[in-house]
Amino acid sequence: MMDKKEYENGSLLKPLSSVKYLFKKPHTLQYPKEEKPVPERYRGFHINDIDKCIGCGNCRDICPCAAITMVDPSPIHPVEVKEGTNPLRPQIDYGRCSYCGLCVEVCPTGSLQLSKDLIYTSTDGDAFVWIPAKEQNREPGFTQTDEITPLMLEKVEMPELEPDVRKKTFEEIILGFNEEQARKEAMRCLGCGVCMQGCPAHMKIPEYIQAIFDGDNKLSVKYMLEDNALPGICGRICTHNCQDDCVYNYRGDALQIMWLKRFATDQLETYKDVEVEKMPPTGKKVAIIGSGPSGLSAAYYLATMGHSVTIFEKRPRAGGALGLGIPLYRLPIYELDKEINHIKSMGVEIKLNTEVGKDVKFEDLLKDYDAVYLGIGLSYGRSIHLKGEEHPDVIQAIDFLRQVKVEGRRNIAKRVIVIGGGNVAMDVARTVVRLQHISYGGVDTMVQTVSLEDWDIMPASKEEIEGALEEGVIFNPGWGPKQVIFDENGKIKGLEVVKVKSVFDENHRFHPTFFEDQVKVLEGEFIIEAVGQMYDFSFIPKEIFEKLKFTPRRRVQVDEYGETTIPGVFAGGDLVPTSKGNAISAIANGHRAAIGIDRYLQEKSRREK
Amino acid sequence: MNKSYELFIGPNHPGIPGNFSLHLELEGDTIVSAKGDPGYLHRAFEKLMEYRLYIQNLALIPRICVPEPDINETAYSMAVEDLMGVEIPERAKYIRTIVLELARVTAYLLWMGGYAGSLGLYTLGQWATGDRDYAIDLFSELTGARVYHMYVWPGGVRRDLPQGWTDELLSYVKYMKDKLIDYDNLFFKNAMFAHRAKGVAKVTKEQALEWGATGPILKATGVAQDVRKDDPYAAYPYLDFEIPTMEEGDSWARAIVRRFELETSLNLIEQAVKKMPKSGPVWTKMPNPFKWYVPEGETYAKVESTRGEHGFYMVSDGTGRPYRVSVRGASMPHMFTIAEKLLVGSRLADASHILLSLDICPPEIDR
Repeated sequence: MMDKKEYENGSLLKPLSSVKYLFKKPHTLQYPKEEKPVPERYRGFHINDIDKCIGCGNCRDICPCAAITMVDPSPIHPVEVKEGTNPLRPQIDYGRCSYCGLCVEVCPTGSLQLSKDLIYTSTDGDAFVWIPAKEQNREPGFTQTDEITPLMLEKVEMPELEPDVRKKTFEEIILGFNEEQARKEAMRCLGCGVCMQGCPAHMKIPEYIQAIFDGDNKLSVKYMLEDNALPGICGRICTHNCQDDCVYNYRGDALQIMWLKRFATDQLETYKDVEVEKMPPTGKKVAIIGSGPSGLSAAYYLATMGHSVTIFEKRPRAGGALGLGIPLYRLPIYELDKEINHIKSMGVEIKLNTEVGKDVKFEDLLKDYDAVYLGIGLSYGRSIHLKGEEHPDVIQAIDFLRQVKVEGRRNIAKRVIVIGGGNVAMDVARTVVRLQHISYGGVDTMVQTVSLEDWDIMPASKEEIEGALEEGVIFNPGWGPKQVIFDENGKIKGLEVVKVKSVFDENHRFHPTFFEDQVKVLEGEFIIEAVGQMYDFSFIPKEIFEKLKFTPRRRVQVDEYGETTIPGVFAGGDLVPTSKGNAISAIANGHRAAIGIDRYLQEKSRREK
Repeated sequence: MNKSYELFIGPNHPGIPGNFSLHLELEGDTIVSAKGDPGYLHRAFEKLMEYRLYIQNLALIPRICVPEPDINETAYSMAVEDLMGVEIPERAKYIRTIVLELARVTAYLLWMGGYAGSLGLYTLGQWATGDRDYAIDLFSELTGARVYHMYVWPGGVRRDLPQGWTDELLSYVKYMKDKLIDYDNLFFKNAMFAHRAKGVAKVTKEQALEWGATGPILKATGVAQDVRKDDPYAAYPYLDFEIPTMEEGDSWARAIVRRFELETSLNLIEQAVKKMPKSGPVWTKMPNPFKWYVPEGETYAKVESTRGEHGFYMVSDGTGRPYRVSVRGASMPHMFTIAEKLLVGSRLADASHILLSLDICPPEIDR
C-alpha cells in the first residue's frame, strides 16, 4: 500500500526539482501550424449522401435535441424522387445538435455519417443551420456498423407448412405468428411510415403496428378498417407493396407488415367489438354490381356513411375473385365469411345469384337507386388466340380456379401445362400440384409453366415463385406458346413453344419477338391459360353503354372520385386505370369511389332542396 | 453600526468550482455564516428525461457532470439494464471499467489543478490540464468525442476498442505514473502545502457519517467505504485493489487520499487491460429504440465517482419513456451540509480552498 509517512511533513527542497521543466519542450500544439490528427470515430458535422437518402425522417425522430428538420434540398442538391421515398432531406441546426450520433445509428440507408470536421465560425446565428451534403467535402468520421446497431435487422421467421406436407392438401400454408412472434416483429417497426406511400389504400401502418406491439389488437383492427374494409383478407393475399417500400429493405429484412395484419385480425373472432363509427341513415340508396373487393369496400364505406347499400352478385358466393379465384391454401373460406359478415353487419344487403341484365335490368337500377357502382372486375379469361385452344382440355385459369374452389373439381390430368408467369399462373400451377397429389399421390405427375418473361422480369411475386419451385413446379421462362399439338385421336399431346427474343419494344410496350428457329415441345395432356382477364359489359343496354368512355388502354374512364362519364354511375376495381390488378388497389379505389358517391349524393340532396 | 457584512462568491468566480453562488456573512475576514445558492445550472434534466425515449437520454445524461461524464452514462445504463434484467457481455464490463477509471484520472487531474490553484500554485494546474488532455485524446479516439462521450449505453458500450488503443492507453498510464513523482515533489510532498492544508476544515468520522459524506471526504476520516468494493459493478469484482484511507479528516488528508486514488486508478486500468477477454461481443442486443419499453419497476443503480457515491434512481411504468429519474449526486450533501458548516469560523482566504478540498461539482447539485 502507498506510504503515507512520506507525505506527513513534506519537504522544502523537493518542489525545486520542478525547475527541470524549464528546459523541456512544451507539449502544446501550435494550431493551425501544427495539425492534430483527428480520430477515425470523430463525431463532427454531418455528411449526408442526398441521392442515397430516402427522406424517411428516422434521424429527425430519434434526435434527442430536435436539431433535425426535414426540408427540400433542391437549392443545394436537386433530388430525383423515386417510388417509396420522400423528397425531403434532413437539415441540421448546429445550435441544437449534441453530436451524439444516434441519427447515424438509426439511418436505414446508411446515407448519414458524421465527419471529422467540427470547426465553423460565423457571426450570423442562422449560418449554423444547413443541409448536410456531399458537396461540403467533409472527411467521414463516425459511421454505423451492422454488428452494433439499435435497429433490429433480422425478421421473425413465419412458421409455414413444409413443401412435402402442403402439396398434398389445400390447408393454409402460412401458420401465422403467435403472440410473442408478432410482438417481436412489431417491435422492429421504426414508425417512419414510408410504407404508407406504397400501399394503394394508404393504410395507417405505423399506428396499427404500434397497437399490435402494445397488445391492443382491437385498436389495431380499428386503424385497419379506417382504410381497408377487408384487412384479414389483405393479411393473407395482399401483394404487400408496403413491404417493398419498408426502409429495412436497405439494411436487413423488410418488416412483415402483411403477416402482422393477419395476426391482429386473426385474434378477433368477429369485428363486432371494434368500435366503428357509423353515421345516421341518409335515406339514400346505392346499388353495387359485383361483390369483389372493390364492391365490398365501396359498400362498407357507404354503409358507414349512412347510405343504404345493395350488392348484386351473379354467382352463388360473394367475394368476386377472392371467393372464386384465390385458392384455399392462400385464403380459407372462413376468413372470407368473417369479413363479409362484418360488412353485412354494417347493414349492407348482398343479393346472391342475381345477375344484372338478366334478373334485374341495369336501367331499372339507374331508376330505383340514387347511384350505381360498377365493381364487376375482369371476370372472364382472356384468350391468346392459340392455335388449337378451342379443344375442351384447354381451359381458362379463372374458370379452372372457380371449378376447384367452388364446384369441388378434383379430376386432373397427369401432365399439365400452365401458360403465364403471373401470380394467377402460380395459383393455378400450385393448385394443380395439390390435385395431382390427391388424385395420383403425386406419382408420375408433372406441372410446368411457360411464360414469355424470363426470371428477371417474371411478374409473379418472389414468394409465389419460390413456393411453386419448392412444390415441384417446372418453369420454362422465356418461351412463348405457339400451338397445341394433338395426337392421332385428337387428344392433346403437348404445346409447341418458341424461344423469346424480347418481350418489350424500345418504348417499354408489350411487343414480344421470337427466335422462330428455336422451337421445343412441352408434353402434357391439359393446358391452362393464365395470361390475363377481361370484362364483359353486355348487361348494359347499348344506348347507355355508348355514353361510357374508355381510356386508350381499354379501362373505364373515371374522374378522381371514380365517377364515370355517366352521371351517378361510378366504377372501381380492375375496371379503372388506378387498378394494379390486385385486391388492395381495388379496395382502395372502392373506398375512393365511396367517398365520391357520398359527395355526389350530398350534392344531389342539396339540389333537391 | 453593523459588525458583519455580506459577501457573495460566485456564480462567476475563479474560486468557485462551477456556476454556483455562495452567500457569506463575514465579520472582519472571518466567516460567521455560509449559505449555498444553487440554481444557476438547473437544466431540468430529470424532468426532460421523462419526455424522452430511453435511448435519447444518452445525449442528456453525460452533461450532468462535466469533469466525469461517464459515471452518469454507466449508472443510467445499469439502471435500465437492471429493470430489463439484461446482463452485459464480459468484454463490455472491462471496457466500462477502463472508461470509468480513465475518466476518474481526468477528473482528479482537473481537481488537482483547481485545488493547487486555490492555494496559489498555478504550475500544477498547467501540468494537470496538459496531462488530462492526453487522456481526452484517448477518449476521443475510443468514443469519437472529447468530453461528452455518449459511449456507454444500455446493453454495454457503443463500439469495440479501436485497433492498438490499449497500447496507447498503457503508455499513457506509464507516463502518468512517472509524472506522479513530479506531482508529488512539486505539490503533495511540498512542506508548504502540508503546512497550509493541515488542520483546515477538519471533519471527524462521526460527523462525516452523520452528514452523509461519501468518497474521499469519508475515506479521509478512516472509513474505507467505496461502491466499487461494497457493491461491485462492471469488472471491479475481478480486479484487485485497496481503498486508500487517512485518519486526519482535514483538507490535507482529503488531498492525499485523492492522490492515492489516482494511483489506484492507473493500476486498475493496467489490470483491466490485462484481464480483459481479447475478443467477444461488447453489446447485448437491445430493442428497437422507438419501441424500447422497459418493464414496470423501480431501481437504484450507483457507481463510485471521484466525489463519492453517484446514483440514478429510476422508475418505469412499463412504457417507452422513464416515469421518473432522480440523480443522486455526491456533491449535494457535500455542499449543503458539510461545506456550509465547515466554512463557518474559517478565514475568507480559505473559502475556495475548503470548497475545492470537498471537490464540489455544482452541475451535480443542480442537474
